[in-house]
Amino acid sequence: MRLEARGLAIGHGGQRIGEGLSLALGAQEVICLLGPNGCGKTTLFKTLLGLLPRLGGTLELDVRDIARLSRREIARAVACVPQAHTPPFPFEVLEVVLMGRTARIGAFGQPSRQDREIALDALERLGIAELAGRDYERLSGGQRQLVLIARALAQEAPLIVMDEPTASLDFGNRLVVLERIADLGRTRGVILSTHDPDQALALSARVLAMSGGRMLASGPAAEVLTPARLTQIYGVPLTVEETPSGRHVCLPDIGGARQKGIRCD
Amino acid sequence: MTPSSTGCSTGCSNGPRGDRRNEPRMSRIGLTTALGAVLLLLAFVALLIGPVGLTSGQVVSALIGRGGEQASIVVWNIRLPRVAGACLVGAALASAGATYQALFRNPLVSPDILGVSAGAGLGAVAGIFLALPVALIQLSAFAGGLLAVALVMAVAAAVRGADRVLTLVLTGVVIGALAGAATSLLKVLADPYDQLPAITFWLLGSLASVTAADITPALPAVLIGLVPLILLRWRVNVLSMGDEEARALGVEAGRTRALAICAATLVTASVTAVAGVVGWVGLVIPHIARMLVGPGFGRLLPTSALIGAGYMLLVDTAARTIAPTEVPLGILTAVIGAPVFVWLLSSGRRGWT
Repeated sequence: MRLEARGLAIGHGGQRIGEGLSLALGAQEVICLLGPNGCGKTTLFKTLLGLLPRLGGTLELDVRDIARLSRREIARAVACVPQAHTPPFPFEVLEVVLMGRTARIGAFGQPSRQDREIALDALERLGIAELAGRDYERLSGGQRQLVLIARALAQEAPLIVMDEPTASLDFGNRLVVLERIADLGRTRGVILSTHDPDQALALSARVLAMSGGRMLASGPAAEVLTPARLTQIYGVPLTVEETPSGRHVCLPDIGGARQKGIRCD
Repeated sequence: MTPSSTGCSTGCSNGPRGDRRNEPRMSRIGLTTALGAVLLLLAFVALLIGPVGLTSGQVVSALIGRGGEQASIVVWNIRLPRVAGACLVGAALASAGATYQALFRNPLVSPDILGVSAGAGLGAVAGIFLALPVALIQLSAFAGGLLAVALVMAVAAAVRGADRVLTLVLTGVVIGALAGAATSLLKVLADPYDQLPAITFWLLGSLASVTAADITPALPAVLIGLVPLILLRWRVNVLSMGDEEARALGVEAGRTRALAICAATLVTASVTAVAGVVGWVGLVIPHIARMLVGPGFGRLLPTSALIGAGYMLLVDTAARTIAPTEVPLGILTAVIGAPVFVWLLSSGRRGWT
């Protein structure tokens, strides 16, 4: 399964907010989409999922135009992990995960015993089997995010789109979720957006850097995320340093920040 | 860390609330059987109550066709249509309410949210104003309800670029207010001695004059409306996660929602044509059902229907016994529904605002 966009133009309500966007996502890879707030990351993801119509370019799922596919066909190929949210009703965790099976159930069908087993298995694989009978809305943000990832697993789609999966999580939960994403990348294709370039470095992911609705760069994290490029993306002086253990981390270039008169409050 | 890490809202609560265990939910068959048994018992008691004193023995023999002439007439022609009518109205309104609440992702929504009641009210009032026969008044009410919802959906579809669900609800309010204004105009113009009391009584809801001939056309209409809701029960759950998420999960959200709305509207309009405007049932009963069985629509729908039927039966039996004259149903359901609703609101259940 391969999702490929070439020269994609995106936007909503007919208003174009990005163009010339090209990317390809296949199995066994993780792509990190980096970019400042409002650069069009979420709009791009919605377009990739076929939730928003594209305003130009091509978007194909295994060489088939995504605009011609039914919601069911798309959902069988691409799963979406939204940010941990609060639904209006207190569904059980297992019910939320079972919703991932919807594209595999007939229009008038109900989840079968087999669907239930697949959902329980997905929870097990994320190490949260004990949450199955709990109220989803009473879980912590980190647990909810893991449940939503389990739902994407239950969907059995080869490709997964995650919009800022770690945005509302505390430090520990971020690491847990990141680890699971790395696991997923061994079998499936994952594209995620994040505000944290360190995550791209930690995942050794391919990086797509976006700014102002355009693609600035794409390639392996270690190559793309140079101090100059990071500074260009985020508009503040940044640097990349190597830790004694040989890992790379992204840090603010404090001296430069002072020179540019940026307050650290 | 990322900028958003400072904005720690409800998403990262790790407190005791997050660890609290789920209350056990009742077993499916046990609860349905219990509710069904209670409903049958209530129906039997309701058959016993009335100005003509009948013993339970007389009622049973009348039901199996071996009773005296008077008992048979009272049971079959007067009380049974009324009991059946109350059950039908209650079950229909509660089912429609549960559906609308799931579809609009809002537990404050009720079956009249899209202007069904206001439209049906206008239809019936116009029928009374024109001195039409009863059957035509019912037909006019039914048509008015469907027309109002069709209008709401057409207007909402024409409004572009806004939140679809919010647009639908707001359009419902607008069309409802318009129908309400037209109804008021007809009330002003109506004959104050003959037509106005009939109009007022109808707008408050009543089963006082219901006969088997009224229920016969309403029952199949309600059943036809319930079929798609039963078939779509899993998709309705997915829709309650929001349009975008439902689509990402493989549901053609717009089409499915429209089908479910039409079905719930048919159910509501059918019983409104028979019983007039009965408020509150569709708002409060689904909440009580949700407390018992959770939000899963496959269980919520039958549970709401059973509880709604029992509740309406209780209210209607009270309506015909507590005072020398009939009390309009809408008054009783409001008197009971409003405090229950305030209690639900204040008991801090989430998703109310």
